[in-house]
Amino acid sequence: MSAPRVTATEAAAELIRRLVACHGPLMFHQSGGCCDGSAPMCYPRGEFRLGARDVLLGEIEGTPFYMGGDQFARWQHTRLTVDVVPGRGAGFSLEAPEGVRFIVRSDVCRSDEPA
Amino acid sequence: MRYERPNQPGAKVEYQSRYDNFIGGEFVAPKAGNYFENTSPVTGKVFCEIARSRAEDIDTAVEAAHRAQPAWGKTSVADRSQRLLQIADALEANLEKFAVSETWDNGKPVRETLAADLPLAIDHFRYFAGCLRSEEGAMAELDEHTVSYHVKEPLGVVGQIIPWNFPLLMAAWKLAPALAAGNAVVLKPAEQTPATIMLFAELVANILPPGVLNIVNGFGVEAGKPLAQHPDIAKVAFTGETTTGRLIMQYASENLIPVTLELGGKSPNVFFGDVMDADDAFRQKCLEGFAMFALNQGEVCTCPSRALIDEKIYGAFLDSAVARVGQIKAGDPLDTETMIGAQASNDQLEKILSYIDIGKKEGAKVLIGGERVRLGDGLEDGYYVAPTIFEGHNAMRIFQEEIFGPVVSVTKFSGFDDAISIANDTLYGLGAGVWTRSTHTAYRAARAIQAGRVWANCYHLYPAHAAFGGYKQSGIGRETHKMMLEHYQQTKNILTSYDPNPMGFF
Repeated sequence: MSAPRVTATEAAAELIRRLVACHGPLMFHQSGGCCDGSAPMCYPRGEFRLGARDVLLGEIEGTPFYMGGDQFARWQHTRLTVDVVPGRGAGFSLEAPEGVRFIVRSDVCRSDEPA
Repeated sequence: MRYERPNQPGAKVEYQSRYDNFIGGEFVAPKAGNYFENTSPVTGKVFCEIARSRAEDIDTAVEAAHRAQPAWGKTSVADRSQRLLQIADALEANLEKFAVSETWDNGKPVRETLAADLPLAIDHFRYFAGCLRSEEGAMAELDEHTVSYHVKEPLGVVGQIIPWNFPLLMAAWKLAPALAAGNAVVLKPAEQTPATIMLFAELVANILPPGVLNIVNGFGVEAGKPLAQHPDIAKVAFTGETTTGRLIMQYASENLIPVTLELGGKSPNVFFGDVMDADDAFRQKCLEGFAMFALNQGEVCTCPSRALIDEKIYGAFLDSAVARVGQIKAGDPLDTETMIGAQASNDQLEKILSYIDIGKKEGAKVLIGGERVRLGDGLEDGYYVAPTIFEGHNAMRIFQEEIFGPVVSVTKFSGFDDAISIANDTLYGLGAGVWTRSTHTAYRAARAIQAGRVWANCYHLYPAHAAFGGYKQSGIGRETHKMMLEHYQQTKNILTSYDPNPMGFF
């Protein structure tokens, strides 16, 4: 079985568990574009309306992680690790008031792995 | 020269220790009584507290706006225009104060705020003050007895969510046309940069009638979201990124209101071979155009973050470009000699470093930079990144995603068609640059590139008189230019019969 496309660091996993305790089930959607973009957004599950072309990359701490289909086409050769750093501001992402921000770190898939 | 840091003896800016919201012409504490700490990216240290507002504060602001809007919408155009001019004059009289504040709140060099952010913001109010005076409706005689009148009316109360990269200028882009058109505004600044706009509130409190402009600070999820969802706003304008853009459209669809979205890009900067035909001022202009990726630390939606260089000149041009970038002076953002300042926040810094990391992992070559910079003199904890040039190919993620940092990814092209093909191989279409000595090439390239703003032999100019906005996933609608008045107006058609006789149907 190939490595998962998306995983979480322990710090991110702990934050997800804390946010779930406050807000209930969650979802991630990877943003593109400027300002707080190119970073994952975390919402109450169902808050963000998924489209037919959004791709489910996997789950972290039981939380589904999605990305737009066009964006996925340009990211699919990489694997993502969701991490958390001290930060401020994140669109409408749930963690911002905690003074932290989810970010993604990336690795290139090995050539023997399915892209 | 170096400007004194705010709240020090001789400083241009004296911040209060805490800022409330600006609602109904008054400074009002958030109802829950909570505040958050506001950090300067210059030093990484807290310098004031800002209202941490929630839905009930947004409700209060929307109500205040609704009380003010009907009278504001009926003021004469001469009156509204005059007040915009007064705002411009007041800003101009305090230009250094606001420039220093923007530097302190955002991290950008004061050289840029003095020469760009403030003069552009000031001119924006003047431009729309002028547009307003020249605007007219239309009338058409449809037949001998029937006349159609088209009259412009304000939308009402609009919500505006402002980004952190040009806090005051982006507020001016949205406020000037909205106020000119007779709307009242509820504005939510970015939580990274909430301070200068509160100085602006103090400045305009006696110029605008109470409730015409309301500023509510707080986090996106706690204050921005209830504003975007509010059933009593007539439009929402947002600058940011794609996922939040989709969410804002989703909320707007629930209320059936229009949106303006500016969501960023991955702008190509295309250098054709003839730029090297002579060793002259124009060649230097092109090299400066390459280095424009470092403007505002790369935190510009139209950052020319992909440089496409003609293979005929690739080595020679790139060598000169690397040398030029090597001359970019980093340092204290309050020093007028400093060319590149601090990234706006710690998470922004971390995100940029994560992209430099994946760039290296994908095999792109770092030609210069590629690391965090630690400055001295109290700036050790500020968020500084060295201007970075990557060499790679367009399928790499550093060529496809907006890093929003001082990072440019360079590749070569072979002929005109290849240049256009690479330029358009992106999800976005906000800005682009084309550099050539041939007017024919410039025009063909400008038309062929799918972007809302193509700079031909220039870059990063933002005059009020030119429309700005995106193709593809870069957003919906335009900003700047007089067409913005229409984006904040309804069209009322009064179809009038002057025929005294019945139609004869019934």
